[in-house]
Amino acid sequence: MATTTGLAAVTATGPGASEGRRGRGARPEPPLTPGRRRARRRNTIAAILFISPWIVGFLVFTLWPMIYSAYLSLTDYDVINDPDFVGFDNYVQLFQDPKIALSLGNTLFYTVIQVPLHVLVALGLAVLLNQAGRRSSGFFRTVFFLPRMTPPVAVGVLFLLLFNGQTGLINTVLGWVGIQGPAWTTDPAWVKPGLILMSLWAVGSSVIILLAALRNVPNELYESARIDGAGFWQQTRRITVPLISPTIFFVVIVNTIAAFQTFDEAYTAFFGAGNTTYSNDAALFYVIYLFQQGFQFLHMGYASAMAWVLFVIIMAITGIQVLVSRRFVYYEGDQS
Amino acid sequence: MKKHLAPWAVLAVAAALTLSSCATGTGSKGDADVTYDPNATLSGDLQVMGFGATDEIATTRLDRTEQALGDGVKVSLIEGDLDIQQFLSAVASGKPPELLYVDRNKLGSLAARGAIIPLDKCIEGEGIDTSQFVESALDQVTLDGTVYGIPEFNTVQLTMADKSLLDAAGLTIDDVNGSNWDAMAAANTALMKTDGGKLSVIGVDSKLPEFLPLWAKANGADLISADGKTAQLNSPEVVQALEYAVGIYDAQGGFSAVKAFRDSADFFGAGNQYATNQLGAMPMEQWYLNVLNDVSPEATVEFDTFRDTSGEPLAFSTGQAWAIPSGTKNPAAACRFAKTMTDVDSWVAAAQARVDARAADGKAFTGLLTANSAADAKVKELVTSSGDAKWDDGVAAMYEANDHTFSLPANPADQEFTTAWQDAVNRVLNGQADPQASLDQAQDEAQKALDKAWADLQGEG
Repeated sequence: MATTTGLAAVTATGPGASEGRRGRGARPEPPLTPGRRRARRRNTIAAILFISPWIVGFLVFTLWPMIYSAYLSLTDYDVINDPDFVGFDNYVQLFQDPKIALSLGNTLFYTVIQVPLHVLVALGLAVLLNQAGRRSSGFFRTVFFLPRMTPPVAVGVLFLLLFNGQTGLINTVLGWVGIQGPAWTTDPAWVKPGLILMSLWAVGSSVIILLAALRNVPNELYESARIDGAGFWQQTRRITVPLISPTIFFVVIVNTIAAFQTFDEAYTAFFGAGNTTYSNDAALFYVIYLFQQGFQFLHMGYASAMAWVLFVIIMAITGIQVLVSRRFVYYEGDQS
Repeated sequence: MKKHLAPWAVLAVAAALTLSSCATGTGSKGDADVTYDPNATLSGDLQVMGFGATDEIATTRLDRTEQALGDGVKVSLIEGDLDIQQFLSAVASGKPPELLYVDRNKLGSLAARGAIIPLDKCIEGEGIDTSQFVESALDQVTLDGTVYGIPEFNTVQLTMADKSLLDAAGLTIDDVNGSNWDAMAAANTALMKTDGGKLSVIGVDSKLPEFLPLWAKANGADLISADGKTAQLNSPEVVQALEYAVGIYDAQGGFSAVKAFRDSADFFGAGNQYATNQLGAMPMEQWYLNVLNDVSPEATVEFDTFRDTSGEPLAFSTGQAWAIPSGTKNPAAACRFAKTMTDVDSWVAAAQARVDARAADGKAFTGLLTANSAADAKVKELVTSSGDAKWDDGVAAMYEANDHTFSLPANPADQEFTTAWQDAVNRVLNGQADPQASLDQAQDEAQKALDKAWADLQGEG
């Protein structure tokens, strides 16, 4: 196992390193006897039965709505009347709509800044928690996770209070150190940074996931590294990060998808309960515009086309992330 | 090859048939077979969406309405503000509620899509006297000459000012009621105060973006033509009105500063802006008078109507309406319900219940705007004096404003139209565009939406 061979083995992740167990050394399986075949079939049926609730849920609540929305994206549909087939008109219109570019730009900006920041803060907190004792760690884990339980609508309203340019806590604290805080809730240049900072409110779930990964890094590796003379940063770079890289990758993927679909907090703060008439283009994220088209203007066909464009964008970006991950993510099971 | 294609072709056809048969709307299913008769005995279920019986005004009228419907009708309420998603889900499942309680400014879109039915037969059959309704309220529920809703409640704006601040600055409420824009701009700078570079007293809050229609009308302009077909968002008068109302904020350090300070106020509590002398004046809906009267009766507030530049009272009317969804099972009961909830006797009974409730708390009855002129006149007779002239003056101003209302007429793209002009104002407030350019953009967006919606509507017709 790589985990017992110190720094050298951990960092040996070059091409071909993953082929050993899966490829050349595998023996062909012996032919199945009728009895074993029956047993395997029974096991397969049992397995399918066990996961059938999920399969049914997936088919009914995910796959079917997806297929149906693909169909609706080719129609002019307002929910109230029968859909009219319009071919690719919605997609053509979509590329001519300036608010699509605006909302996509806002969403991309948010994602590019929010995801790395979220991961860095979560990782930092997880490392701190990992240093803490068992009892205090449990307490702080709960403390960090509690904000995650706050309803997003409440977070949206909280954003308006905390980031109020005149009396908000954030600017008050900045004022203590001589900084005059910006108008976070109205200045278009500061609306998205404010929302990004506020999103860190919900960093707790990533902290817990990363902490679990950190706890799984064997101490022997650090001991070996220390004997080899490695310092904190070397240990972090050569042991910690490689060994938790699958978890970091998971957090990045999940948060990227969530960032592209961000809605609740910004909608509440700028388009919903927090402000019934005041809004700010800087907070018009793609899914908010999709919601407006679908449920305020009743352009459900157009909204469906928007949903499919977002799906394709997320798939493409996830695909790129997966490709990039092959270079940077270390999977223990892939090592010989 | 053809052999392989056949199953796929069958699958594709089956999928297409399944998909297209799934989305079957209830739109444009009218009430041709329904008989509306005020003497008919009714039965069946009556589900009302968007209405909550939360106070004596609602419960008193609801009790009377249930009596009028008879024991055969089982009324159920889906309480809370109308959730359009919930309504659409009900429509999509083929089970719309029998009656909708909806903001009047959303009625045009629903009517244009056939989501609600024309009420001509209902009005005629049940004998609803539409001449009693406030004209601006009736305009809001009339699309292309057809009435789609029975209006109720009228919201109007008043000028609400802090008398102590006015007195200290040597001003009167005439300086801040909109009748003289130069005087109002001067009063704004005289009333506003800063402390350590931060706003500590708002001079005048012009209440943008929501009151652009009011400022525009005060300047002699309508945002949309009377027939609801032509947007007029970039007319010189509207541009001038927006420039002026935004200028009120700019003179106080910009909208950001005013909004941040406004948002920090305890709007509904005893620490509101008037009780704490943090706001000189603003146009505001009449219900806020009741809030102030309840939470800070000693506040030095003064009321007047909002006025146009010739000094005439002016108010932008909004409110709710009852509408009957297409494809509903019990339109006859729905029509009787809407009629009884909005008739004069129901309003008077409800007002009397409010008078009694307020008297029990040792408080005055400050009136009620029903959107029914005949009911308003009778309810006004029930108004009791608070013993404090400022509140009585406020109630008088409210009734005066109610006689000088205008509204944006119903149109089939009302949501897109509203979003277009509100976004335009917000772009200016946020410093992203100047008024002319922003309203030009809004005009383009709104007119495109109107053209498409009217074309769709008339294509159906």
